[in-house]
Amino acid sequence: MLEKIGVASIQDLFRGIPELLQLKRALDVPPALTEIELTQHLQQLAARNQSAADAVCFLGGGSYDHFIPAVVDAVAGRSEFYTAYTPYQAEASQGSLQAFFEYQTLICQLTGLDVANASLYDGGSAVAEAVLMALTVHPKRHRVLVAESVHPEYRLSLATYAANLDIQIETLPTPGGFLNPDDLTKSIDDKTLCVVVQHPNFFGCLEEVDDVARTVRESGALFVVSFDPISLGLLKRPGQYGADIAIAEGQCLGNPMTYGGPYLGILACREEFLRKIPGRLVGQTVDRNGKRCWVLTLQTREQHIRREKATSNICTNQGLMALKATVYLAALGPQGLRETAELCLRKAHYAADQLTRIDGVRLKFERHFFKEFTLEVDDAVPAALSRLLAAGYHGGLHLGRWYPALEKCLSVAVTEKRTRAEIDGLAEAYAARLRSR
Amino acid sequence: MDKNQSTELLFELSHSGRRCHRLPACDVPAGEARTLLPSSALADAPPPLPEIGEIDLIRHFVNLSTKNMSIDTNFYPLGSCTMKYNPKRHERLCGLPGLAELHPLQTDESCQGMLHLLWIVQNILGEIAGLDAVSLQPAAGAQGELTALLVAHAYFKDRHEEKRTRILIPDSAHGTNPASAAIAGFDAVSIKSNSRGLVDLEDLRSKLDDRTAVFMITNPNTLGLFDDQIATITELVHKAGALVYLDGANMNAILGITRPGDFGIDMMHYNVHKTFTGPHGAGGPGSGPIAVRQHLAPYLPAPVVVRSGEQFKLDYDRPKSIGRVRSFFGNIGILLRGYCYIRTLGAVGLREVSENAVLNANYLLSLVKAAYEVPYGDRCMHEFVASAKTLRRERKISAMDIGKRLLDLGYHAPTVYFPLVVAEALMIEPTETESRETLDAFASALLRIREEDPNYLHDAPHTLGISRPDEVKAAKEPILRWNS
Repeated sequence: MLEKIGVASIQDLFRGIPELLQLKRALDVPPALTEIELTQHLQQLAARNQSAADAVCFLGGGSYDHFIPAVVDAVAGRSEFYTAYTPYQAEASQGSLQAFFEYQTLICQLTGLDVANASLYDGGSAVAEAVLMALTVHPKRHRVLVAESVHPEYRLSLATYAANLDIQIETLPTPGGFLNPDDLTKSIDDKTLCVVVQHPNFFGCLEEVDDVARTVRESGALFVVSFDPISLGLLKRPGQYGADIAIAEGQCLGNPMTYGGPYLGILACREEFLRKIPGRLVGQTVDRNGKRCWVLTLQTREQHIRREKATSNICTNQGLMALKATVYLAALGPQGLRETAELCLRKAHYAADQLTRIDGVRLKFERHFFKEFTLEVDDAVPAALSRLLAAGYHGGLHLGRWYPALEKCLSVAVTEKRTRAEIDGLAEAYAARLRSR
Repeated sequence: MDKNQSTELLFELSHSGRRCHRLPACDVPAGEARTLLPSSALADAPPPLPEIGEIDLIRHFVNLSTKNMSIDTNFYPLGSCTMKYNPKRHERLCGLPGLAELHPLQTDESCQGMLHLLWIVQNILGEIAGLDAVSLQPAAGAQGELTALLVAHAYFKDRHEEKRTRILIPDSAHGTNPASAAIAGFDAVSIKSNSRGLVDLEDLRSKLDDRTAVFMITNPNTLGLFDDQIATITELVHKAGALVYLDGANMNAILGITRPGDFGIDMMHYNVHKTFTGPHGAGGPGSGPIAVRQHLAPYLPAPVVVRSGEQFKLDYDRPKSIGRVRSFFGNIGILLRGYCYIRTLGAVGLREVSENAVLNANYLLSLVKAAYEVPYGDRCMHEFVASAKTLRRERKISAMDIGKRLLDLGYHAPTVYFPLVVAEALMIEPTETESRETLDAFASALLRIREEDPNYLHDAPHTLGISRPDEVKAAKEPILRWNS
């Protein structure tokens, strides 16, 4: 090969790099491992973690221990899907393109909205992208009102994205565990670009979305809602209650928790905003023989054409996670999604009943909730959670971490995977601390 | 073999009452939904999703998968995307329950193995970059760019240099660079390339001033050339008080050969899914960590992993941090694969990756240049850009025609019409994982195509399920979802 190239050594190929800049030593990285050694090494690291396989998981806050049907992994494990790249060559990518078109359709069916993109990174950056998108609809408005009951990390992501843009983010307090529509009415005005709520929210509570939608519509702003895809097996869909842009964390649709990623940012909106959508879109067309097929479309919105005038900088998205969501939703179908949602709802309510029977444990908010709820306890929460973990339960999230006023509170999430025995076990472990005092 | 079934949509396969996944009966005494939630919150019916049995579902998707080209089925020399082989062991190891079933918000004490691993990844990425501090948070390269530019913005604000509002970007750069600059609140200013395809120093000098915040460079650049003026460039930029950013898309050419920090870079992003072989997933997930010099470290997103004694923890106490650009820690699944890859290679193996990537690219260049123009010289780094400009003029064969015909011959097309500075561009990146035989066969295919009947090429591909979709129609009358 060197002879064909016309050089004497591989080093000659690097002559374009000035000698002074070349690294004269080996990189200081750990020594190479064989597959057997690497496997042992990873197993040892994994053994130092207490995963949901080691302790029963009642953690939520945007990432949930839902069941993943085997068909999801079987399809996503096809290397024709996972070792392909962005479908720039439509003829060589009809598999992925059709799957993404199906994904977009499923997300429209799920949300009751008209258009969905082919995915964003995650639920947090999806909030930021939705607000940037709303800004292109209302470039002359500058106020963004965000309920404090929206996931704190989503709000922080939005604040970071928006730091240097000409918009002002205002947090609306939610002392009762939800955004009181009267408080929104007082804050909203004709400079308001959009209102962001999460339903069910970070505390698990339902928001007054019908009233919020009405108030937002009257002000001419856009209603951005962050939803839980599983909840839509039961709850009204964003398109039904008047959301303009609906976004979600799609991890629950067939993706493992994997300490936070890769997940899936879902974004859907009403038809009129079609050309403002960030990220990839797959469209249907015909080929030169009139055969139905699919292509990446409306790319003139995108950064590789529009450069600094693009609606978003997103390029690589979360294709494989969107494929998993597609298989997941198709595997469940309407009945399966409804039953999954109903199991989450009922088990969460059973868990809340059992836990609030314990002295010094009560529900923090007098609100309806879906699969997650907030408890107020007399104990120091971190110590209580440590004791629960020692007993084999990831018992909840300490909300004081994000909300100083909720120092005595924890949120508990219950998925369809949790059994009555596990829920009873959690309650017993929690009650046991009283006896041990 | 009839594969027509796989062109039907899921929705066209739906039959009322069919289903794949079944749920257990409810084992708790709580009432049904309508007794637990107000009717105003409930939908009358669940979403109208398709209803499909398991075997039909599996056949649908498996048949669809066969309509893709992928690294595992075809040579995929897509320039700028580093389509190298994805080792199978990574898939198995990332599925270990002790990694895959970790909740992102569990306590630091309960995931010491994961934090230790991520701490090592931070250190390794810092070492390869020759930079001091790393954030693993960004989800992809474009988000890494945005994050780094937000860091730069915060840095200059802290120094009361708010007048620095401009980002200088070479005209050969990826489109994400100017798009990220705009979102970070800067104005993008384009810098010309010179006749060698490198940064035009005169143009750079004329545009550098006290309004400049950052100069963004891709090095090796998108033409596959290492800009040997880099020391001068970074000195010029630093003299103007600005920072130099490296788009790390092309790190596959320089692992262990030269380090961005050693050639004057202040901050950069990695594309872990490219350089360190996370599978590309038909368009993600990626992972776009950034590395920066010490004086920029306080502004990195929170949290980062820190070590105290034998314990590892997430450090959120970073008062100057820009905040966060996504929820949770990062695209761990891709970082894990990158870690497995780096641990398999070690220092010698990493250097060999770049040596072989550059060897393969130069070998392919030497075979192709007999039949195609390569406007920017006889040598390249990990990729090169050929041009069909003359072929187009003389025989009306375009870069698109060549790309489409390659599909017939069993090869994924190169990146076409990018970078914008080359007419009829064919951007070819073979990567280190391809054999000489594959490169020979691919070169033969390219040579064969240029002799073929132009009309035959205009209609290519001829052997795939579809050919030349009408993209204008797709954009003019957008159909973005199935309707009954």
